[in-house]
Amino acid sequence: MSAPTAAARRFLPSSVFGRNLLTVLVALVAVVLVLELTSPFRNSQLATMSYYAIAAVGLTVLTGLNGQISLGHGALMAVGAYTTGLLLENEAMPFPVAMLAAMVVTAVAGIVVGAAAARLHGPYLAGATLALAVGVPGIAIYFDGLLGGEQGLRISSPTPPDWFADAMYFLTAGEMTSARYLAYIGWGTLLLVVLLLANLIAGRYGRIWRAVRDDEIAAELAGVRLGRMRVLAFVVSAACAGLAGAVLAMVVRLAAPSGFTIVLSLALLTAVVVGGLGSLGGALLGSALLVFLPPAVTDIGTDLGMSGVQAAQLAPFVYGVVLVVVMLAAPGGVMGIVRRLRHAGRRARGRGGPSRPAAGKQGVGATDQGGRG
Amino acid sequence: MQQFLNVTLGGLSQGAIYAAFALALVLIWRATRIINFAQGSMAMFSTYIALVLIESGQSYWAGFAAALLAGLVLGALIERVVIRPVEGGPELNAVIVTLGLFVAIQALAAILFGASFESFPAPFGLSGFSVGEFTVAFTPFSAFVIGSVVVVMLALVALFRFTDIGLRMRASAFNQEVARLLGVRVGNMLTLGWAFAAVVGSLAGLLIAGGNLVHPAYMDPVIVYGFVAAVLGGLESPAGAVVGGLLIGLALSYVSGYLGSELVTLAALGILVAVLLVRPHGLFSRTTARRV
Amino acid sequence: MSKRVRRRGAGIVAVATAVAVIASACGAGGRPDENEGGAAEVGVTEDSVKVGAHFPLTGVAAPGYSAIPTGAKAYFDYVNANGGVHGRTIDYVFRDDAYNPTNTSQVVNELVLQDEIFAMVGGLGTPTHSAVLDFLNSNGVPDLFVSSGSLLWDQPEKNPMTFGWQPDYEVEGKIIGQYVKQNFPDAKVGLFLQDDDFGDDGEKGARAYIDDQIVAAERYAPGNTDVAPQIAALQASGADLVIGFNVPSYTALSQLTAMRSNYEPQWIYSNVGSDPALVGSLLGRFSEGKVTDASMLDGAITTEYLPGVDEADNPWTQLWQRIWDEHGGEGDLSNYRIYGMSQAYTFVQALQAAGPEPTREGIVDALEQVGQDLQGPALVPYRYSPDSHAGLSGVKVVQITGTTTKELSPVMVTDNGDAEITEYTEEHAPPPENGIPNVEPVG
Repeated sequence: MSAPTAAARRFLPSSVFGRNLLTVLVALVAVVLVLELTSPFRNSQLATMSYYAIAAVGLTVLTGLNGQISLGHGALMAVGAYTTGLLLENEAMPFPVAMLAAMVVTAVAGIVVGAAAARLHGPYLAGATLALAVGVPGIAIYFDGLLGGEQGLRISSPTPPDWFADAMYFLTAGEMTSARYLAYIGWGTLLLVVLLLANLIAGRYGRIWRAVRDDEIAAELAGVRLGRMRVLAFVVSAACAGLAGAVLAMVVRLAAPSGFTIVLSLALLTAVVVGGLGSLGGALLGSALLVFLPPAVTDIGTDLGMSGVQAAQLAPFVYGVVLVVVMLAAPGGVMGIVRRLRHAGRRARGRGGPSRPAAGKQGVGATDQGGRG
Repeated sequence: MQQFLNVTLGGLSQGAIYAAFALALVLIWRATRIINFAQGSMAMFSTYIALVLIESGQSYWAGFAAALLAGLVLGALIERVVIRPVEGGPELNAVIVTLGLFVAIQALAAILFGASFESFPAPFGLSGFSVGEFTVAFTPFSAFVIGSVVVVMLALVALFRFTDIGLRMRASAFNQEVARLLGVRVGNMLTLGWAFAAVVGSLAGLLIAGGNLVHPAYMDPVIVYGFVAAVLGGLESPAGAVVGGLLIGLALSYVSGYLGSELVTLAALGILVAVLLVRPHGLFSRTTARRV
Repeated sequence: MSKRVRRRGAGIVAVATAVAVIASACGAGGRPDENEGGAAEVGVTEDSVKVGAHFPLTGVAAPGYSAIPTGAKAYFDYVNANGGVHGRTIDYVFRDDAYNPTNTSQVVNELVLQDEIFAMVGGLGTPTHSAVLDFLNSNGVPDLFVSSGSLLWDQPEKNPMTFGWQPDYEVEGKIIGQYVKQNFPDAKVGLFLQDDDFGDDGEKGARAYIDDQIVAAERYAPGNTDVAPQIAALQASGADLVIGFNVPSYTALSQLTAMRSNYEPQWIYSNVGSDPALVGSLLGRFSEGKVTDASMLDGAITTEYLPGVDEADNPWTQLWQRIWDEHGGEGDLSNYRIYGMSQAYTFVQALQAAGPEPTREGIVDALEQVGQDLQGPALVPYRYSPDSHAGLSGVKVVQITGTTTKELSPVMVTDNGDAEITEYTEEHAPPPENGIPNVEPVG
């Protein structure tokens, strides 16, 4: 972050929002183009990516900015997904209302979990949230009358309203398939979430969270109420997970315990770590890897002569190895590498960029770049 | 009455296994201040090595020994190669590395050994003892389970109390700087700590597998139960881990037997949260305030 | 830096807007009429028809079930090698869902949207397939011969594209219930049920006859391999006859757990979970010498509706054996492979009936019209009609002895609800000489 930017921030706070808004609008145009120009199958992959990404940007705020790890975001997504499923039953209400409700319910769950989590650290927190991820799906099986047990709740996905289909057709000459419509819902939600989060972390709360992560005692001495800030970070993150669960429910057309196993929570963690903890852009990149890497890796496995089952397991193997390698070799993830290269390049050109920020005390040595989604 | 007895005995033998697993977690925690979330995957992997040997015609005991040996090597190797660089660093980094190992080892096992259910033999009978017409669900194999956990406990106590290596390991765990000054090769002791822990973990894996169906994810719930047991015992104390394991085994067995098996994981979560909020240092900890 | 961002951002906006304008210029104006004539049906080309399925190739339900698609594939290969159907070969794609409904949803997305299959043939599992029921029907994909006996597949009004195949669990439960009523009138009956429609439908059928005899109904969640509490509860209830509606792994687990507490009731397993060869292979390796091969299931009662591998003299079994030897992969012919081959046989019949230019609507119509008259490997007829998409109509009760079975009752047929159980007396016709059905196109 160069000095003029910081100065501009101080004097023109509204420009941060403006710049973020601009970026998001550009992204929106790009999303429309991509969704219209790709096949229904790619559309459905992109819809899948959107819910991973919504949860991942929320998780990266919690883990990267506030230093709290959560292996329980899969369980929070389940809360959002089941809420959506119950509210959309018999088309009781329009889907945006259901999504909003899912977000609120999950945020409330986030208060409870966050309050407990605020008192825990590192491995204890990881273990407790792991237990959360493993335990919560049991609720759905216990209340099988309401929540459908092992078979889960089938969800009637919203169908594109005529005006929307017509408008998009007029604009792009593309037929509005249901896969495409769901991808629009997912990406619309994602862009909105990214815009809000980018502003949040560029602002006062972002600074406080980082301060808490880097040095609790200093932050406390500066008058920060640690517990409250930790819970707040958890609630914001949980709200994202709730929305992600809502999108998942509509895209997958099902909320079932099997969809919210520990594998989901670990996948999200992989996404944010690989992309670079604390970076929204990194979370997006990581989510893209979650969706597009497995088919590619599976194909490579098949080409190498592995059986279908073996090839299918190659993707998680790669995830695991990548997690370890990233932590050992480049704890800042892809975004960290990009930044390092940029700094190196600038130094080489003799402009003397700022030195690399120091690693956080409990964090992962990831740096973060405020509002740059 | 018979049901109560069966549920209790089942809980005890499950509890013995959780105790062994918690013991492995505690050993590593004491040595390196890391919770090894890959413990379950490592145990699963060495159990599969045993299965491959047994299927190729070797005896159960050859497989058993091979699995423990594999655990020893795996533990040492993992500490040396991937854990050493994150030791003493930010705690989050170590957590993420062990989680990465957890995923990678599990996938590797599925690639090498297949992802289907396979039956794993037991060295002793699997039908319950009968007293008159009264049958209890306590089998010769359950006796073996409890017996081997007790043996491991005693062996560890002997190791730490009465041997030179044990003393050096305790010194390294207690204070690395001081130990180093006293001429202890701390790095080697940490490796040894991981190796011993992995052996105990592998034993837990073998005991769960015996007379049951195994698949690459069969240890997943045990990670959670073992962690809860270790926290219940205070994470620091091997004896606490064993008591914690037995308590968790019993509690979960009662929940499963009388309330419904789908509530077991929730019950584990409940116990964990209660312990962390009420007695964060475990039921038996005497140490004063250390942040968790 | 921020300046650069802004400049770059502006550039992207300009380009994007330009592209959007061009794109919209192409699209401006009304939309063209749907082009109807001439367009080939999805998944059908000059010389091939592509069909797909989802199966658990990994995980808890994989033992046994993962062999079904290998059987189906062998039969399709056989038909293809003999000229295909109306000159088209059948291209069969099957994917793994690990018996996980969330995976099924994604896998079926791939099959329908990426592979562009003409129809789904034999997708397996009640919890798994019910997750994609709406998707397949709303996309107009024929969803034929679901490998599950749930009642969900028989809703022609709501799910016009979906057809069941095997006898549904209610029908099976009724026939088992009546058998118990007649032969074990004093037994105290316990139920061991998978906790979904599979268990529920079976329970419903059984209760229609032996409600007063049932003393306990215990359910297990598929995926949780600890069934000790359920077995302990069954034992505590004093049940001396246990009827299991469960998948094969759980047959093994229930036997193993019962052995631990020396619980020895008369076991009855539904057809789905009872394959003696498979359960035997799961149990066989336990405890060196303590449990020997399939002997644990000896004496257990189950049902049958297809001639199995043990009936080596049956002309159908001989046909399957010949095809498996020619086109099968590794391993031996098993009852699960016969199941897959029988489904594939039924699909070939349906495709023949749909005529030389098959359409998705056409194959559904054809099945509704001639489905009841189709003769095949099953002992009993299908119930297909415009008002019913239910599959086979009955089973016979048999007892497992070693790796083969002994008949306990004649073939019985019935329907859902209050329908009576009657004996089915027609002779089971042998397969056609060349092993390929010959159904006249409909209409």
